[in-house]
Amino acid sequence: MTDALLSRRSWLGRAMATAGVLALAGCERGIAFGERLKISAEALTYRAQRLILPRDALAPEYSRAEISPDFKPNGSISPAAADYVALRDGDFADYRLVVDGLVERPLSLSLDELRTRPSRTQITKHDCVEGWTAIGEWTGVRLETLLDEAGMRPEARYVVFHCFDALTQTEDGPRYYESIDLIDARHPQTLLAYDMNGQTLGVPHGAPLRLRVERQLGYKQAKYIRRIEVVDSFADIQGGNGGYWPDRGYEWYAGI
Amino acid sequence: MTDQAADQTPNSVPDTGRRADKPLPGGRSLTYRHPPLVRVSHWLNVIAVVILIMSGLNILLAHPHLYWGIRSTFADPWVSIPTIPNWLLIPQGRNLAEARHWHFFFAWLFVLNGLAYLIYGFVTGRFGRRLWPTLSDLKGFWPSVVEHARFDFPKDDHARTYNVIQKLTYVTMILVILPMMLITGLSMSPGFNAIGGVLLDLMGGRQSARTLHFISAALIVGFIVIHVGLVIWTGLFNNMRAMITGWFVIEPNRPHDGGQS
Repeated sequence: MTDALLSRRSWLGRAMATAGVLALAGCERGIAFGERLKISAEALTYRAQRLILPRDALAPEYSRAEISPDFKPNGSISPAAADYVALRDGDFADYRLVVDGLVERPLSLSLDELRTRPSRTQITKHDCVEGWTAIGEWTGVRLETLLDEAGMRPEARYVVFHCFDALTQTEDGPRYYESIDLIDARHPQTLLAYDMNGQTLGVPHGAPLRLRVERQLGYKQAKYIRRIEVVDSFADIQGGNGGYWPDRGYEWYAGI
Repeated sequence: MTDQAADQTPNSVPDTGRRADKPLPGGRSLTYRHPPLVRVSHWLNVIAVVILIMSGLNILLAHPHLYWGIRSTFADPWVSIPTIPNWLLIPQGRNLAEARHWHFFFAWLFVLNGLAYLIYGFVTGRFGRRLWPTLSDLKGFWPSVVEHARFDFPKDDHARTYNVIQKLTYVTMILVILPMMLITGLSMSPGFNAIGGVLLDLMGGRQSARTLHFISAALIVGFIVIHVGLVIWTGLFNNMRAMITGWFVIEPNRPHDGGQS
């Protein structure tokens, strides 16, 4: 689905064709009506935003005084998986972030090693798909720094974030994951954050490491990251739509 | 008869051509009111706006609280929306993911259709002729208020042009309220915020933009209620024929105390 959406040659034709099909009949080839709406609207939105947004256009940043005193933790707030619980109980001393997939030099980094790398701090808004907004300060290492260190292979197209948590809050539930394209991956504000509001990132907000991809909605900001995988397609990962919520009907590109 | 002639001399003799007035028995006549692009864009807009409102209500229910400012003050919302019955929602029953697909698909239709309408209206000058109130229109404002208060509207040559209250309402909808939906909607997009920061500030922040999006939608609902009500009151069949075929029936002249034109 999303791979088709990303094909440069066909996105407009596909959107137009879908619109035509919609006008004539509710569905085609067994694809649900709502799904067809999603394909065409998401293709138009993604392409339009990629067209008009300069690659490095920054999301608005705010002042300390504007930080939300009541930043709402959402989704998982305390992962139940045994591997996570063990790391958490050891204060994440044994935590290693793995960066692998289509890279020349796979990485395995402790939190201390992440903290010795150059950091970026930004105060940004977090827009939940439900409609609410909270403002927080994030400090972390830029994703691009790690990707360059690992050396992405030419066929790399997406960066996938594998997480510890299952939204079912159970040991064996499907684990959260998300993915972004290389434009968002290389964006200056795309961070792996280890601090929030000047303090070590807490468990409800995704300790020890969470993603900040500031030009997209909240569900893209994967928490409890355990592994970063560079891929050329996410068709074979879980439901094949590039993320936990995209597998459950939400748009993969959450720029609106 | 061209629109130009209709505006300037409502009682003039029709010109010739495919869109000239056609006489009917009993002193009535058919006048060509809406060109094809206006009719098509009107009905596409009806489809888009109705679906946008119903899917928008579904999206609203995912977090039925509105705030002012740059962020949500969860403990102190400006207003909380009570439960909305399922039949008013697209899809029927709460479903944020599906509602967003409907909303954004028809948002694209709404925007592209609206752009086509505006470009057509301005390039042809039709918008200025038909909808922009003239000074003499504005001088007839109070008589028009009286006319509306009495629910007594002309059906004769005076009905060839819109009255001043109609003109002001349409201009406000087309140039203020409908674009406001787009501007406030885009201001909720974290992607668009990266280049629309000025717009976001102008709205007063993302939560203000969301609240203004809702208020503008409520004004559109108010417009639809009054618009449909007056369409029915002033001749459902004639008005629908005009917006479907383009042709509108003018009744024979009679003494009228309305005062516009």
